[in-house]
Amino acid sequence: MAKYITKRIIFLVITLFIIASVTFFLMKFLPGTPFQNEEKLSVEQREILNEKYGLDQPVPVQYANYMINIVKGDLGVSFQFDNQSVTHLLANRVGPSLQLGFQAMLIGTIIGVLLGVLAAMFQNTWIDYGSTFLAVFGKSIPSFVFAALLQFVIGVKLGWLPVASWDGFSSSIMPTIALAIFPIATAARFMRTELIDVLGSDYITLAKAKGNSRMEVSFKHAVRNALIPLITVLGPMAVGLMTGSMVVEQIFAIPGIGEQFVKSIQTNDFPIIMGTTLFFAFLLTVIILIIDILYGIIDPRIRLAGGDKS
Amino acid sequence: MKKSKYYLIIALALTVGLVLSACNSGSDSGSDDGGDSNNSSESGKQVLNMIETAEIPTGDPALATDASSFIVFGQTMEGLYILDENDNPIPAIADGEPEISEDGKEYTFKLREDAKWSNGDSVTANDFVYAWKRAVDPETGSQYAYMFSGIIENATAIVNGEADPEELSVEATDDYTLKVTLEEPVEYLNSLLAFGTYLPLNEEFVEEKGDDFGTNSDNMLANGPFVLEEWDGTGLNWKYTKNDEYYDLDNVSLDEVNVQISKEPGTAVNLFETGKADRTAALSAEYAKQYKGNENAATFEEGSSWYLKFNQERNGEETPLANENIRKALAMSFDKEAYTEQVLSNGSVPADGYVPRGLAKNPETGEDFREESGSLISYDVEKAQEYWEKGLEELGVDELNLDYLSDDTENAKKTSEYFKNQLETNLEGLTVNLKNVPFKVRLDTVTKQDYDIVMHGWGPDYLDPMTFLDLYVTDGGNNNTGYSNEEYDQLIDDAKVKYANDPAKRWEVMLEAEKLLVQEDTVVAPIYQRGRLTLIKPYVKGLEEHLFGPDYSLKNVTIEK
Repeated sequence: MAKYITKRIIFLVITLFIIASVTFFLMKFLPGTPFQNEEKLSVEQREILNEKYGLDQPVPVQYANYMINIVKGDLGVSFQFDNQSVTHLLANRVGPSLQLGFQAMLIGTIIGVLLGVLAAMFQNTWIDYGSTFLAVFGKSIPSFVFAALLQFVIGVKLGWLPVASWDGFSSSIMPTIALAIFPIATAARFMRTELIDVLGSDYITLAKAKGNSRMEVSFKHAVRNALIPLITVLGPMAVGLMTGSMVVEQIFAIPGIGEQFVKSIQTNDFPIIMGTTLFFAFLLTVIILIIDILYGIIDPRIRLAGGDKS
Repeated sequence: MKKSKYYLIIALALTVGLVLSACNSGSDSGSDDGGDSNNSSESGKQVLNMIETAEIPTGDPALATDASSFIVFGQTMEGLYILDENDNPIPAIADGEPEISEDGKEYTFKLREDAKWSNGDSVTANDFVYAWKRAVDPETGSQYAYMFSGIIENATAIVNGEADPEELSVEATDDYTLKVTLEEPVEYLNSLLAFGTYLPLNEEFVEEKGDDFGTNSDNMLANGPFVLEEWDGTGLNWKYTKNDEYYDLDNVSLDEVNVQISKEPGTAVNLFETGKADRTAALSAEYAKQYKGNENAATFEEGSSWYLKFNQERNGEETPLANENIRKALAMSFDKEAYTEQVLSNGSVPADGYVPRGLAKNPETGEDFREESGSLISYDVEKAQEYWEKGLEELGVDELNLDYLSDDTENAKKTSEYFKNQLETNLEGLTVNLKNVPFKVRLDTVTKQDYDIVMHGWGPDYLDPMTFLDLYVTDGGNNNTGYSNEEYDQLIDDAKVKYANDPAKRWEVMLEAEKLLVQEDTVVAPIYQRGRLTLIKPYVKGLEEHLFGPDYSLKNVTIEK
């Protein structure tokens, strides 16, 4: 296990290196300068500023410098926020995004699994249809529509929760629900299909024949096996949450990192583009690693170290 | 049947339990941080809750380039001058008007001796000397350093890295006397002195903070009515509180201003509607339309002018737009009023000239530049078609294909559609190809002159028509149209040099220049002067909006509930 994890971590570093390199060169194709007041700068001034920030050097040199600095743990200084280090910006902004992502993932999978189990057990009843409807609804409605709708109904009309801002847990409820709708839908659909499959298999019939109660059969034997494919989709789900968060963060005025990701590209804020990309890449690779490890725990048949000869 | 109900109940109970537990812990933590701002208004404190649309990029006046930062300086700092409610520069840290030498180049400012920084230090002449030299120093990397170029003696050379910042002609003869030498007499100097880049800085404080200066509210000093607080450098909230060291504290009513950023216009409106905000920032078109005529809606004419810019030379070749008749035809063929009313509907006003209204007044009669210059080119389909026919004949073609370049925001796209429709309907044989691209791409394309028509806006750097007019001199940095007219160059040069110390003549020459630029040569086709529609509660009194510098000043605001 330790050997496997070490190996995976080495791969993770290599992956990040490749992502950083590709992003760096692609980013340099962006037209224009990172200077906000670009339009009004004289030619001389632009040259002076380029020199100050090392942007006058050939791209490979800039790349080498950047990579050396990364190794030293220095992600550079933002252009949009003068003299603000990228690490400081990430540190300030990552918290709310992670909290929302985590809450949405947790609530999303729990409710999703519950819905899926109910739908499978009461196949072709109104519970099943209701659950399916919810899943299709959650998959197809764009998060900005759902978020705006939530905000209007619960925040403005009913006044139950704060309309926006990031001010304690109560302000995280609506954005969490808005984000969770997608994982709920995904988890419910998967759970239903898998569970119906598993419930029809021989060992379940055996378990039933042994006189186990329906509940015992379902939860002890069926659900656990049906969970495996769901774990596979947790990765893509996490990605969905990250992209969804950009919109939801904006609507609920949450100081998260998602929105900075887009804005940095629009403003040619090179250090932030790199910082956020690397951060998202890191998060994603770590999530995938965790999921792979989880696999082994839930299903012992899956050997972690591929071709393990021991 | 019984069993299935049982499961259902369990599932429901679980779900409800989850949601409830989330809500409970919510009300605990929520009340800790959230409550105080609302309670305070009941205790007789004057509290204002505002919405802004963007973060503060920097608290360093030399580095600031954007509206959000300048708004902060507008509340927390004062220069030699500030803008009054009618955008007239009035002395602030300067104690009355300066002494000016005969040739109009040497200014001696007396400073008020009661002005203090929020740490208790006095605001001295050296604070200006230090701040200005720092701003022009290429090491600082100020993107507004050019605001000193051609104004203060030696600034141009310093900004271009050819001279030492110490050579800037500004000097503190004693703690409260500042001597400034100009390159040429400058009509609009007072408005420059009210601009953010010309603000004073406390040398000791700035040097002590080093690179951290202006990166959060602890690393900033105020010498204005308010102090910035609770700004962590990247956050979406901050507040202003009274600056106890401010010399005119008796005239400041607001105790506290809470600012929340909402980039989503719909959220801003919802916060306003639920009473969480007393004022929104400018609303986007769809909301402006909805709130037009609402009792809470306020409109303001900003200082930026928007127009179609015609490229006469693309990739080294003349474009059809090098033909004057074609340009005139295009400039007359769209309905500006319908555009501002129906597409923008945010208080923007149609413009038949290039220099915006409210920017500058005739030094003798006090008449506004726009009023005096009058309507230079207006919507007139018949005339447009005449010019069009003539132009096509001169070019020897029946039809034209032109690129129309603009931003890729929702609003810009809508605008593009409108202009395509107007131009194609009114001018036979014209095909407009829309190119909606991201902002940075648009800038790049215009700089490379790789376009035919671009929707372009320009805002003032100081309160004088020159900030608009000198763009179109031959090879000007922002000309980008290939336009070159000796007569125009001469007029601009006369206004800058020959008549620098003769305000009446200078004014006349600028009027002539605008007429030549728009009416005769039609280098640009004026469309509108941008307005903004904000929502503001009727109990908020005395908020002053500006068309230059900070968007507004809160010093005189009172809450009258």
